[in-house]
Amino acid sequence: MTDLTKLTAVEIAGLVAGGQTSAVEVTQAHLDRIAAVDDRVNAFLHVDADGALAAARAVDERRAAGEELGPLAGVPVAVKDVLTTKGVPTTVGSKILEGWRPPYDATIVQRLRAAGTVMLGKTNMDEFAMGSSTEYSAYGPTRNPWDTDRIPGGSGGGSAAALAAYEAPLAIGSDTGGSIRQPGAVTGTVGAKPTYGGTSRYGLVAFSSSLDTPGPCARTVLDAALLHAAIGGHDPRDSTSIPQPVPDVVAAARLGATGDLTGVKLGVVTEFSGEGAEPGVAAAFRDSVDALAKLGAEIVEVSCPHFTYALPAYYLIAPSECSSNLARFDGVRFGLREGDDGNRSLEEVMSLTRDAGFGPEVKRRIMLGTYALSSGYYDAYYGQAQKVRTLITRDFTAAFERVDALISPTTPFVAFPIGARTSDPYQMYLADLYTIPTNLYGGPGISVPCGLSDGLPVGLQVMAPTMADDRMYRVAAALESAVGTFTPPAL
Amino acid sequence: MSTTTLPAYDDVVARYEPVIGLETHVELGTNTKMFCGCPTDFGGEPNTRVCPVCLGLPGSLPVANKAAIEATIRIGLALNCSIASWCRFARKNYFYPDMPKNFQISQYDEPLCVDGYLDVEVGGELVRIGIERVHLEEDTGKTLHVGGATGRIHGATESLVDYNRAGIPLVEIVTRPVPGTGALAPEVARAYVTELRDVIRSLGVSDVRMEEGSLRCDVNTSLNLPGQEWGTRTETKNVNSLRSVERAVRSEMLRQASVLDAGGRITQETRHFHEDTGDTTPGRSKETATDYRYFPEPDLVPLAPDAAWVAELKAALPELPRLHRRRLQEQWGLSDADMQSVLNAGAVELIEATVAAGATPAAARKWWLGELSRRANETGVELADVGATPVQVAELQGLVDAGKLNDKLARSVLEGVVAGEGSPTEIMTARGLEVVSDTGALTAAVDEAIAANPDIAEKIRSGKVAAAGALVGAVMKTTRGQADAKTVRELILSRLGA
Repeated sequence: MTDLTKLTAVEIAGLVAGGQTSAVEVTQAHLDRIAAVDDRVNAFLHVDADGALAAARAVDERRAAGEELGPLAGVPVAVKDVLTTKGVPTTVGSKILEGWRPPYDATIVQRLRAAGTVMLGKTNMDEFAMGSSTEYSAYGPTRNPWDTDRIPGGSGGGSAAALAAYEAPLAIGSDTGGSIRQPGAVTGTVGAKPTYGGTSRYGLVAFSSSLDTPGPCARTVLDAALLHAAIGGHDPRDSTSIPQPVPDVVAAARLGATGDLTGVKLGVVTEFSGEGAEPGVAAAFRDSVDALAKLGAEIVEVSCPHFTYALPAYYLIAPSECSSNLARFDGVRFGLREGDDGNRSLEEVMSLTRDAGFGPEVKRRIMLGTYALSSGYYDAYYGQAQKVRTLITRDFTAAFERVDALISPTTPFVAFPIGARTSDPYQMYLADLYTIPTNLYGGPGISVPCGLSDGLPVGLQVMAPTMADDRMYRVAAALESAVGTFTPPAL
Repeated sequence: MSTTTLPAYDDVVARYEPVIGLETHVELGTNTKMFCGCPTDFGGEPNTRVCPVCLGLPGSLPVANKAAIEATIRIGLALNCSIASWCRFARKNYFYPDMPKNFQISQYDEPLCVDGYLDVEVGGELVRIGIERVHLEEDTGKTLHVGGATGRIHGATESLVDYNRAGIPLVEIVTRPVPGTGALAPEVARAYVTELRDVIRSLGVSDVRMEEGSLRCDVNTSLNLPGQEWGTRTETKNVNSLRSVERAVRSEMLRQASVLDAGGRITQETRHFHEDTGDTTPGRSKETATDYRYFPEPDLVPLAPDAAWVAELKAALPELPRLHRRRLQEQWGLSDADMQSVLNAGAVELIEATVAAGATPAAARKWWLGELSRRANETGVELADVGATPVQVAELQGLVDAGKLNDKLARSVLEGVVAGEGSPTEIMTARGLEVVSDTGALTAAVDEAIAANPDIAEKIRSGKVAAAGALVGAVMKTTRGQADAKTVRELILSRLGA
């Protein structure tokens, strides 16, 4: 008997469509797996078993009725708790939204339902997607299935760990500075950040509006591409959504899987090539570059001089936007309300609520952002950071005149032990050193497993021009065909 | 705090020069809200016209309403503004429970319309009011404080919030400071708001009703000594009628003069106008003003109105009210003073519509400025709400012109119209008020009067035609006024061969 939880999404959908298994069986297998291992992983904040089985039954009924099913029908998916789900708790990893059941579905959740996928539940994350280890979740850290004493990356550590622990074959993440790619890298899974505006933000609880990008997570590049195609595309409810179809990422992934990169020119980012990365990460990256060259890719080195300013610019722009986006959490209309004893003033109740509801990293960023936007400081901080953003965009534009895509390690280090970096925010922020430039530019980026360092996964990042998401899938799939996928030790 | 005696107004304007400025908010009459599809109608059960977007629920996103952008551009064009070819919305951050997101989507340093003007007439002179900017933003909800004595937050036991209004498109129109109007400053302020209201109404983009809050006005006032720098200004809010605009400026001028006279200094602050007392009291001080931390709204794309579209909107603008009025004045053959009284009565559009329905300008003006204005004053309503429509007034005048009603009867019919009894013709018939035009009956009444007054009849026969008045009176009495006096007179003279 096949272990349904070890299959790819493509395989599951094929078995369901062919009648070799049912969506209910597949769903139950994953629910059983969650029940068996999630107390050790803590990938899920909420498991919606009833909803999942009902959705699975609906798929089976449609199949029985002879309806044609989509390419992901009957495939379970785990959704990062940053997306609103109608009637299903949505906490964003924060105490301030504990118990909140949104009255509406995010556009992506609607599209997941329309595609016949089965939502298993909501995954753990750093509070409000602020963090790189999922240790800042108000509901306890998620553990890396490769080594449960280590972090699974963040903020989307729950989604990545759910994949690596075979609790789900597909997951949704959101990437503001690397929150899809970096967890993908440290859990040995695939994580793609689409072009900004290529996936709808409607229903994505905002951290930093100009950077937040929801996207697919999977164990294979092709699965990620299929999920990307299912959730992407224009949404009239999101003004920043691009009114163009998603590039054919599925075809690109299939093309890449043939292992031929002849005619593809890849640029290794000088600033990110080795220095600053752990030796094991640097070594795995170098081996991958050689592998890509063997597949026929032309490799050149490209300098992007402003990438070194990306981290500071990001830590002004993202907190500034978050300080405004998170203002609505005041205890008036939803979520936590603290200290409303009939004697305290409105301001006191708001303050007590926010003090009790937000964790230390969220407070730190709200304060940073409030300061950066203050009268008299705006030009020096937020204004200056926007200029840096323009320079980084120019670096990308210039690079893409020379090469088809850029490559770098996804993150400078492999999964670190839980607690190792929480006392020094800057050490934590370094986890996103290589992923942040893509967010500031708005282009797509993907992390694909490229090797191991002391038994822990290393990811390679492919960055492509805006609305050329297909290119990164081709390169990632080609690398995957050369180096294979990586399986963690049994839990 | 109004214990000190205020100086006399004439004395104040003889010694100080006022500078005024106005910030006006206009709720647009679009079908849907600024950033979502919720309806915008006034009223409705609290919190029924809401959705995740206008409630600011986590994850929701705004999408700008094109009709609101178009209306704002049209307002800007009517106010002679330049329309930005590229601009952005901005977030104005501050905490208040009636603002769902705790920031308002507004515009900051990149407004949609800039650098315009509006000419207003005061005392026959044109005053040009500079328009600094016209921008688009979203309205807030409404907070109701219950359980206290004052309806204010202090002492209230509960605060209730209604978000039906939250997200309704709001246009803010900001003037440049207006110096040099001297004693006329209060009148200029009122004339500006009146003219602005008429302009916006002529565009059909808002019902601009101050009493319902769809037109809201903040008045800035300062005083300075002649030749010196402008003084510190105060911003007066809660100015809810045209009359209050004028009173608020005047009251603030008097208050500031008394402070300055006493050697004090004016605090830059927000003040609240009180309709009942006509004075202002301080609100929050602007010196400790909130830092709104404006920054470009990242959830919306920049606004880049196409030049051809703007040109199209400009070409389709209606005639401005001031020019329209001038044309009417010429058509109606009115002196400036007569036109002014029409304006003061708020009767321009009513007379225009009455003329359009068939009455002569003179007759239309007579009814609206006479009988109907008197009734409006008595009952304390706007002339437009007095109960008669232009079509009814034109019909009434038609009956008079046809000889079916005389002036006195027509006034009785009008009473019926105002009371809602029906059309003038219906009322005339129902009340039996038609002029006696049956010549047989009238001749009998005339003959009766002649027979009863032989001496008067003799005077008339001998050529004293003026004596006929007495016989006319007698006939009118027997017909209970329902005869046409002119016809009666002619009949008497012809019966007596005079």
